[in-house]
Amino acid sequence: MSISTANAPLLELRGLSCERDQRCLFADLNLSAEAGNIVQIIGPNGSGKTSLIRLLTTLSAEYEGEILWQGESLVHSRLDYLNHLLYLGHSPAVKKALSPRENLAWFSGMSAGHPQIPLSEALEYVGLAGFEDVPCYSLSAGQLRRVALARLYLTPARVWILDEPFTAIDIQGVARLETLIAEHAAGGGLVFLSTHQPLQIDAVIPLDLMDFQAGEEYYARAEGWSS
Amino acid sequence: MAWQWFYRMGSPRWFYEKTDRWIPWLALVTALLLGTGFVWALGFAPADAKQGNSYRIMYLHVPAAFLALAGYYVMAIAGAIGLIWKMKLSDMVMKAAAPIGAALTFLVLVTGAIWGKPTWGTWWVWDARNTSMLLLLFLYLGVMALQNAYQHQGTADRASAILALVGTVNIPIIYKSVDWWYTLHQPATLKLTSESTIHVSMLYPLFIMIAGFYCFYALVLIFYTRLEIVQRERRTQWVSALVEGAK
Amino acid sequence: MSSGLKALLQRDLTLAFRNRGELTNPLVFFLMVIAMVPLGVSPESKVLANLAAGMIWVVALLATLLSLDSLFRNDFDDGSLEQILISPHPLYFIVLVKVFVHWLVTGLPLALISPLLGVMLFLPDAGFVPLCLSLLMGTAVLSLIGAIGAALTVALRKGGLLLSLIIMPLYVPVLIFGASVVRTAIDGFPVAGELAVLGAFLAMAIVLAPIAAAGALRISVNG
Repeated sequence: MSISTANAPLLELRGLSCERDQRCLFADLNLSAEAGNIVQIIGPNGSGKTSLIRLLTTLSAEYEGEILWQGESLVHSRLDYLNHLLYLGHSPAVKKALSPRENLAWFSGMSAGHPQIPLSEALEYVGLAGFEDVPCYSLSAGQLRRVALARLYLTPARVWILDEPFTAIDIQGVARLETLIAEHAAGGGLVFLSTHQPLQIDAVIPLDLMDFQAGEEYYARAEGWSS
Repeated sequence: MAWQWFYRMGSPRWFYEKTDRWIPWLALVTALLLGTGFVWALGFAPADAKQGNSYRIMYLHVPAAFLALAGYYVMAIAGAIGLIWKMKLSDMVMKAAAPIGAALTFLVLVTGAIWGKPTWGTWWVWDARNTSMLLLLFLYLGVMALQNAYQHQGTADRASAILALVGTVNIPIIYKSVDWWYTLHQPATLKLTSESTIHVSMLYPLFIMIAGFYCFYALVLIFYTRLEIVQRERRTQWVSALVEGAK
Repeated sequence: MSSGLKALLQRDLTLAFRNRGELTNPLVFFLMVIAMVPLGVSPESKVLANLAAGMIWVVALLATLLSLDSLFRNDFDDGSLEQILISPHPLYFIVLVKVFVHWLVTGLPLALISPLLGVMLFLPDAGFVPLCLSLLMGTAVLSLIGAIGAALTVALRKGGLLLSLIIMPLYVPVLIFGASVVRTAIDGFPVAGELAVLGAFLAMAIVLAPIAAAGALRISVNG
């Protein structure tokens, strides 16, 4: 499954299979993702969405097959890949004892590259102007999520991996985020996201994990080398 | 070619089927060695000049001590292989080696106590060897506890492999430290067992017992590993066939 | 120091000082348990003086163990640990930074408060400075080794007790030499040699422990 353009794929998945607890989550997954693509990972809970995201963020290395970043296997190019990666996970990873500004300062320090805009401006974009120095335990769940989303305005990272980014956000926030994602892709970025919500963005590539369930041959192969 | 053999060895099913053939021979050798050793040790070896017949517990205590320490290294090496080469069989061997080693260490402590009572009058003494063995038992128990704590088997295997390796680095340090500590505090009333020179007539049965214990360890390790294999691979075809065939 | 490590150091120090209440818990534990000793054993100065060096060291060890569980747990629970793992900074130095902050707020205060406990247990005068010194170095080693245990058990819900179980045997050499520094000083002998051994432990722990802890963190988060 690929978009045919002249560009080389940014991220390529070849024959990717993932197994957990003797159960095959997905097998022989092939994907060629280029700059400008927005890939939506679809599948019911337990179908391997979380595992795939963990593979894409290099949190896990339990897979068969290949993941290629800019043509090179991830095993060798992991550090370079991480320099271009931004991952927003299920939980906002925001420390409640710190203020939004302090949290963002930490996020910028931890990621590669420098913030593109001042921290306060990023907080303004997500609608938290005036809350920059308030301790986060006095913010609501939606506001905490928005602190995490402010990172998207700060980072120069090319590849975005977003796990349920629309959680706890209101309709306006959803629209703003969708615009941001579309702009990022248009500017040459690559976005992977998993969400239950229907997306109002054009040209989203669906990656349905149910298309990659294991067949008989997989289990026969998995018996091992014993003859 | 060699790599293919290495990877084939890593297949649990291959191991299970191969050991079907090894076990009877290994059991025979073990029985012979242990039998000869026991009879010689208990019946024919001379009584000790100082301790009389009570020293004979040594024929259990010393081999068990050898195996308790060697067993930890078996566990750690199996864990390392499983961690580096992701060989599932190695992980199973590591998991099997832990309780066996712990049981052997416990045997060392118990036989040490049985030896101690008639010899020095107390069940327990905090000397260097006893204390080191006790700490070795704690190290084993730690690995077992960590194995049992995780729901996901893969995580359990990898975490306990790391713990076993950390323990391996520490064992010489712990032993040396305890040794040094004991020399500082050597109590005046108790005398260290001076196993300075053991007479040759006592050494032969001891060697046979040690060899017998090694074979016994290998046998029990194979049994436990087979158990682990069947349990972990219970959803595969060949195990179902095995169970069907046994019915 | 790279921006990432600086940012982490700043954040962890800020977090530690904002949760000031938690900082004093190990210290209060230290004090209270030492107070139990005369109540459980005997109030006689001769008996207590004999026990003092060892007891203070054992209780310092326990207090460190209690505080280790939270080394990585908070970050694990709110998803920060995942962000740390995929940041481009070497995990080895990240672990070192976190352990350093942990020692700064646990081990260092324990070492500084130990003379007070020495007074409570009638520690002879010659023992005070060696006690402080040995605890300063020793608690650093304890924090480093403990980080391995904390990393191995961070994904478990009731990891705290298991952490103590798996780490305690590894603490024995530090305990032996740490307490012996104090006893040797009390007996009037030079302690440079034993302090050097503690220093060697510290050097080894600084080099090796973060490697094991980093590996354990990846395993815990992955599982």
